[in-house]
Amino acid sequence: MTWHQLLEPYQFAFFRHGLIVATIAGALCGLVGVYVVLRGMSYIGHGLSHSIFGGAAASALLGFNFYLGAGLWGVASGLLIGRVTRRRVVGSDAAIGVITTASFALGLALISLFGTVRQSIDATLFGSILGVSMTDVFVVIGVALLALAVVFLRYRSLLFVTFDPEVAEVSGVATGRIDALLMLVLATSVLATMQVLGVILVSAMLVIPPVIARLLTQSFARMLVISSVIGAVSSFVGMNLSYHLDIASGATIVLVCAALFAAVFLGTGVAGSTSRLGRLGSVRHAD
Amino acid sequence: MNPSDQLLALHRVSCVLGRHTVLSNATLRVGRGDFTGIVGPSGSGKTTMLRALLSTVRPASGWVERAADIRVGYVPQIETVDWSFPVTVGEVVLMARTEGRRLPWASRAERRQVATVLDDLGIGNLQGRHIRDLSGGQQQRVFIARALFGGPDVLLLDEPTSGVDIRTRHEVLHLLGRINDDGLAIVLTTHDLNGLAAHLPHVVCLNTEVIADGPPRTTLTPEVLERTYGAPMDVLEHGGMQIIVDRYDNVIPLRRAAS
Repeated sequence: MTWHQLLEPYQFAFFRHGLIVATIAGALCGLVGVYVVLRGMSYIGHGLSHSIFGGAAASALLGFNFYLGAGLWGVASGLLIGRVTRRRVVGSDAAIGVITTASFALGLALISLFGTVRQSIDATLFGSILGVSMTDVFVVIGVALLALAVVFLRYRSLLFVTFDPEVAEVSGVATGRIDALLMLVLATSVLATMQVLGVILVSAMLVIPPVIARLLTQSFARMLVISSVIGAVSSFVGMNLSYHLDIASGATIVLVCAALFAAVFLGTGVAGSTSRLGRLGSVRHAD
Repeated sequence: MNPSDQLLALHRVSCVLGRHTVLSNATLRVGRGDFTGIVGPSGSGKTTMLRALLSTVRPASGWVERAADIRVGYVPQIETVDWSFPVTVGEVVLMARTEGRRLPWASRAERRQVATVLDDLGIGNLQGRHIRDLSGGQQQRVFIARALFGGPDVLLLDEPTSGVDIRTRHEVLHLLGRINDDGLAIVLTTHDLNGLAAHLPHVVCLNTEVIADGPPRTTLTPEVLERTYGAPMDVLEHGGMQIIVDRYDNVIPLRRAAS
C-alpha cells in the first residue's frame, strides 16, 4: 500500500471529523473506564448504553433534542444505580441489570407502540461515525474536557472512594457526591460516544483499554494515562483500517482493541496476567 | 477523665442489624492518650462498636458524642482490602489528603511528609512498591501510615492483629504502643487476648453488651472471660505477665478416646 492510498481517506471532511471524534471518544472511554473496571462495574457501560437507548427512543418520539432527552435519562439511570448500590443489600451488578434493562424495555415498548423512528434507532444501535455533525464533534470534545476536569480536580477523592469507600467516608470524603459525580461523567461519556461507536460497542471501549492498562502497570496514575492512550490509538488505527477494509468503524475499533489485549495478555505472561486481573481478596504473596 | 480530654464517647448505645441486637446498652469513653482494646468472641459486636464510634452505623438507642473538629483515623481489617487494586504504597498513603491541594500529584512537602511517616513506621524503602508485594506486617503498616498521614486525634483499628503471624502481631502492637506514647488515642478490636494483656493499658470485654471495662490485670479474670466467651478460661502469671489459656475441663484426651 502506498502513502497516497494510506492518506486517501483524509481528503474527505466526513472522515477527518469522524477520526477526530473517534480518537477523542476512545481516549474518553479509556479514562472513565478505569473507574468502571476497578469498581467491578464492567457491565455498567453496556447497561447505561441500553438505558440511554430508552431515553433516545422517548426523546425521538416526543421531538426532544436527542442529547437532552437521552442524556437526562442516562444520568438519572446512573444516579439510580449508584443509589441502589449504596444500600449494599443489592450488589452493583444486580442494580445495573434491573435498572438498565427496565429502561431498555421501556424504549422497546415505545418503539413498538410508535414504530416510526427505526432509522435513528439503527444509528443509535450501531453508531454513525461517518455521519457525525459538528454538533457531535463539539459534544464529544466538551464531554471529554468535563471528564478530564473531574478526574484532575477530584483525583484523590475519586481514587479513595474507588479503592476504599468505607474508609473514605470516615475520612470525611463526601462519597455520595463523588459517586454521583462519577455517574454523571459516565452517563454523559456513554451518551457522547455511543453516537460514534453505537450502543452495542461502547461498553467494550469502557472495559478493554483499562484492562490492557492494568496488565501493563501497578500504579493507578499510570493506568489512567495508559488506558486513555490505548483508547485513543485503537480508535485512530481502527478508523483507518475500517476505511481500507470496508468494515463498520465501531466494530473495527473494538477489534483493534481486542487484538491489542490478546497481544499484551500473551506478552505479559498468562499467569502474571491472571493474578493482576483477578480480585484476589486477602491473598498475600510476600508472606 | 477530664471532660475536655474526651474525644469520643458512646452513651448507652444499642445497634440493631435486621431483627438482631448486635450491640446493647454500650458505654465507652475515649480520651486523649487512651489506648483501649475491645475483645470478645466473633459476632459479639466489636466491629459494630468501632463503627458506632466512627458514626457509620446509626444507634437504635443511646447517643454518640464526638468532640468538635477532631479527626478520626481508621484502619480497616486487611482482609477487606482489594489487593489486586493498582496502587503503590505511596499512592495509598496520599489518599488520606483529600482536602486542600486539588492537583493529582503530590507536592514536594507532601512527598517529604509521606517519606517521613513511612520511615517512622519502618517501611520507608517501600514507597514505590505495589501493596500486594508486601508481607502482612508491612501491609498493616501501610494502612496505619495512611491513617496517620491524615493527622488524626484518635486512631481506630479493626482487628490489626488478625491474619498475621505471632511475631508480626507483637510488632504491630509494639508499634501502636509507640504511636500511643506520642499522645495519639488508639482504640482497636482484637482476638489476641495475650497480646492485649501484654501491651494495652485498658480493655473492654464485649459480648453484645459490655461485660467489664478497665485495666487488663483487674478486668481479665476467669469469671469475666467466661461471661464474655461462654467458655471457661484460666489466667496464669508467667514472668510478671498475664497469660490467658483455655480450660479444657470436659474434654477427653484424643489418645484415650481412640483406645
